[in-house]
Amino acid sequence: MANEVFTAQSLTKTYTSGEVKVHALRGVDFDISAGEVIVLLGPSGSGKSTLLNIVGGLDHASSGRLFFRQLELTGLDDRDLTRYRRRHVGFVFQFYNLIPSLTAYENVALVTEIADAPMRPEEALALVGLQARMDHFPAQLSGGEQQRVAIARAIAKRPEVLLCDEPTGALDSRTGILVIEALLAINVQLGTTTLIITHNASIRDIADRVLFFADGQISRVQKNETRRAAATLTW
Amino acid sequence: MRALDIKLFRDLRRLWAQAMAIALVVAGGAAALVAVVGSIRSLEETRAAYYERNQFADVFAQVKRAPKKLIDQIAEIPGVAAVEARVTKFALLDIPDSREPVTAQFISLPDDSEQRLNRIYLRSGRVPEPGRAEEVVVYEAFADAHEMPLGSRFSAILNGHKRELVIVGTALSPEFIYTIAPGETITDNRRFGIIWMSEKVLANAYNLDGAFSSVTLKLLRNASESEVIKRLDVLLDPYGGQAAYGRKDLPSHAWGEHGLDMLRNMSRTMPTIFLLVAAFLINQWLNRMVALEREQIGLLKALGYRNIAIAAHYFKFVIALVAVGTIIGGVAGIWLGAFITRMYGGLIHFPFLVFTKSSDVYVWGGLLSLLAGIAGAVHALRAVAALPPAVAMQPPAPPRFRRVLPARFALIKLVSQPTMIMLRNLSHHPLRAVFTMLGMALAPAIIIVSLFLRDTVEDLINVTYFIADRHDATVSFVEKRAQNVVEQIAHLPGVLAVEPYREVPVRVRHGSVERRVMISGRPRDADLRRIIDVNLGSVALPENGLAISAWLAQLLDVHLGDFVEVDLLEGQRRTVSLPVSALVEDFFGIQGMMDLESLNRLMREAPTVTSISFTLDANKADLLYDAVKSMPAVSGMGIQRFSLANYRNLLAPLQTNMAMIYTGFAVIIAFGMVYSSARIALSERARELASLRVLGFGRGEVLFILLIELGLLTVLAQPLGWGFGYLLSWLLKVQVSGEVMRARLIVEQSSYALASGIVLVAALFSALVVRERINQLDLVAVLKTRD
Repeated sequence: MANEVFTAQSLTKTYTSGEVKVHALRGVDFDISAGEVIVLLGPSGSGKSTLLNIVGGLDHASSGRLFFRQLELTGLDDRDLTRYRRRHVGFVFQFYNLIPSLTAYENVALVTEIADAPMRPEEALALVGLQARMDHFPAQLSGGEQQRVAIARAIAKRPEVLLCDEPTGALDSRTGILVIEALLAINVQLGTTTLIITHNASIRDIADRVLFFADGQISRVQKNETRRAAATLTW
Repeated sequence: MRALDIKLFRDLRRLWAQAMAIALVVAGGAAALVAVVGSIRSLEETRAAYYERNQFADVFAQVKRAPKKLIDQIAEIPGVAAVEARVTKFALLDIPDSREPVTAQFISLPDDSEQRLNRIYLRSGRVPEPGRAEEVVVYEAFADAHEMPLGSRFSAILNGHKRELVIVGTALSPEFIYTIAPGETITDNRRFGIIWMSEKVLANAYNLDGAFSSVTLKLLRNASESEVIKRLDVLLDPYGGQAAYGRKDLPSHAWGEHGLDMLRNMSRTMPTIFLLVAAFLINQWLNRMVALEREQIGLLKALGYRNIAIAAHYFKFVIALVAVGTIIGGVAGIWLGAFITRMYGGLIHFPFLVFTKSSDVYVWGGLLSLLAGIAGAVHALRAVAALPPAVAMQPPAPPRFRRVLPARFALIKLVSQPTMIMLRNLSHHPLRAVFTMLGMALAPAIIIVSLFLRDTVEDLINVTYFIADRHDATVSFVEKRAQNVVEQIAHLPGVLAVEPYREVPVRVRHGSVERRVMISGRPRDADLRRIIDVNLGSVALPENGLAISAWLAQLLDVHLGDFVEVDLLEGQRRTVSLPVSALVEDFFGIQGMMDLESLNRLMREAPTVTSISFTLDANKADLLYDAVKSMPAVSGMGIQRFSLANYRNLLAPLQTNMAMIYTGFAVIIAFGMVYSSARIALSERARELASLRVLGFGRGEVLFILLIELGLLTVLAQPLGWGFGYLLSWLLKVQVSGEVMRARLIVEQSSYALASGIVLVAALFSALVVRERINQLDLVAVLKTRD
């Protein structure tokens, strides 16, 4: 299918933690289409973060193949993976990982300065509703605001893919909903393919598809006919 | 082992590289202290033992011709323990392997008794047998320089008569731990030697039977040297005595002391610098560790550990660093100390070296390092104690940064975000930035001090050999000669232009300060040996009055136009009052200068000459040498070309060694500073850097962001380091400037460049080591943990 952004074939990942060999992924296959919102659900250690890291070019698979469009990620070295992240991928983490010495505006500019065709930082901040706070340092922002800056930073380069690892994990529900709203708005406006890892089962209804993880494998796929609006979520 | 100590041990093992970098700086301080103080002590002990065993005299005096019966009177001066009268004379030698004449000081050995004072230390052979006129003992280094084994023969011109001599022994003497020919600026064992021979033979050669020309005294422990000198002068005065003097005016002792002064300076500055840097690094390291282990500290407190126990745990890190540093420094210091002692032993000749193993130096090294450690640790330890457990278990509040410039300031738009990160970090930790810069500045400063030694010696050479003295050779006479000797010298083969000089020994006095100096009478328009002022301009001698060096003026506390009292110690031996009419620059010894004609008038004498300098046609040098060797009136010949070459040969290795030692110290500081600072920055900012990597910044870019700040501080530290270097050089110059020699404060631009170059390379190297760490940065792990 021409519209596929990611294609994975029998991806595995094994690493050693201390003296223990951990099989984090035991053969994962999937296709993800452009513009899809995917939620990855599963208990801790089920392999979803490992998958997200490999998809995002932060980690190498042990075996199997992974394609980003025609580009085979599993064959890239560190330098090419860096280029891949720089051009195509936006990340949002549970702990916002903003640079404390830069303002909201400057944190976004950090990315727009090295991207090919970015939006202006103020534009990105407007998308997450933070244009009024852009001259504040991270220490002057609430957790939700910091996470929205992180999202603005992730999408400012107009990435094709947005990878979010527990984006609401450190937030209360009201703020968490604001963050999800921002992610969905961007998906709609920019058509960004979005992968969201969460422990929060109530978030799954906002996705086009939900991949359930267990023991390093995708145990089940749930397809939602309609995506629920973020504002109607509760947890 | 207690649980906390197990943690300590494991933490140290984990952090060994950074701990080692800091321990090395501590070691540098300890090594400098142990080495330099150790070698000062070794040299002082050696000298003291040597002086003591060989009965080195306390007071020395030359006299024209005094009868031996005077000895009893001298011995009766209160405070005198022993007297030795002898014959000493300067004479020219003709040595087979040396075309040019060589100068020697002949000293008599008693024929029928042991030497009482200044006993020679026989290194080989024996003393001359009584009645064997040709047998001599020569100074060991002189024999070595000419490769003359026992049994070698050479000739000397004693009082106009050529004599064949044979070496029966080689020796050292406490009176000559450093040998220097009159009028020379540095030891030259090829061109100047000491020769001991039978008193009867030497006295006979100079018509001094039953008389002496030199006397040395050993004083009782509580005697007043100045009082003895005063009385001795009175006794010797009628016999042509030239003011007596103590050890400090004896060239050998004074030069030895000058060398020790250099080491004393080093012993003060070097450990201080290292300990300051060590304190700073320990401060940074411990602060960071406490910040990182905030939650563990909170937990320990929650478990019921007392503040003091937790603080003690962190203080043990400091103790471990100091202990390792002191041990490494102690071992390195022993080696370095022996090296420095031997280096000095090459110039200053002792028959043996006493390597003192003084354990208190190590204790001091350890204590001072510990003191630096405590100073560095205080802040972090107080923070440990002050941290409330409940707060400690929470993540720390994010650091609050602030703008340096207004938000929409146009300039800000021009600055890239990585640069902005650097600027904000610097302004966030201004004190740390300042101290890092100060620490980094000490590295080039240390190198500059060692290069200052080189630059200043080059300046000394340039001024002495090329600007002031432009003659090729000087001959000095056994006694003052009538003016017509100038004509004789001018007619020798190869001699081009001549300039006569007349030296008169005097005592010069102003207020309570008195010094024994030579007044050198020179032609007013002297061109071969020019007199220069402090700006190196040529000075014409004033018609009347005395020109003295600025140094002597300071010593006597006189200014231009002031009058000084002068005892003339020759001829009619009058006391006169002379105005100070010019201040001049000279680097070696202390002396006065006068217009030659005025000096002759002052002496109430027909024009006389004691030495002549001249320029020389190099092609006829050998002919000239032969001619001079046959001139009975000549007691010594100095040749500028040889003197300069010797100067360079002797000082070059000394400078190289000192520069290497100083550079080694500087590299340790530069490496320790950069490596430790970079590791702390990496630890503090791992999360930030990992974020940047995730955002698509390459490894190089991230390394740049981490190191640009340190790089900037390192670069900014350089001019500061040049300033420090200049200051330390000034300190060295002031501390070692004395009556034997002085120098101008000269640091060439190339020295600044070289010092900074070395430091930047060392910094770059440590940056490369840190790069490995960045490559190992685990992006995912860092980002998934709470800060």
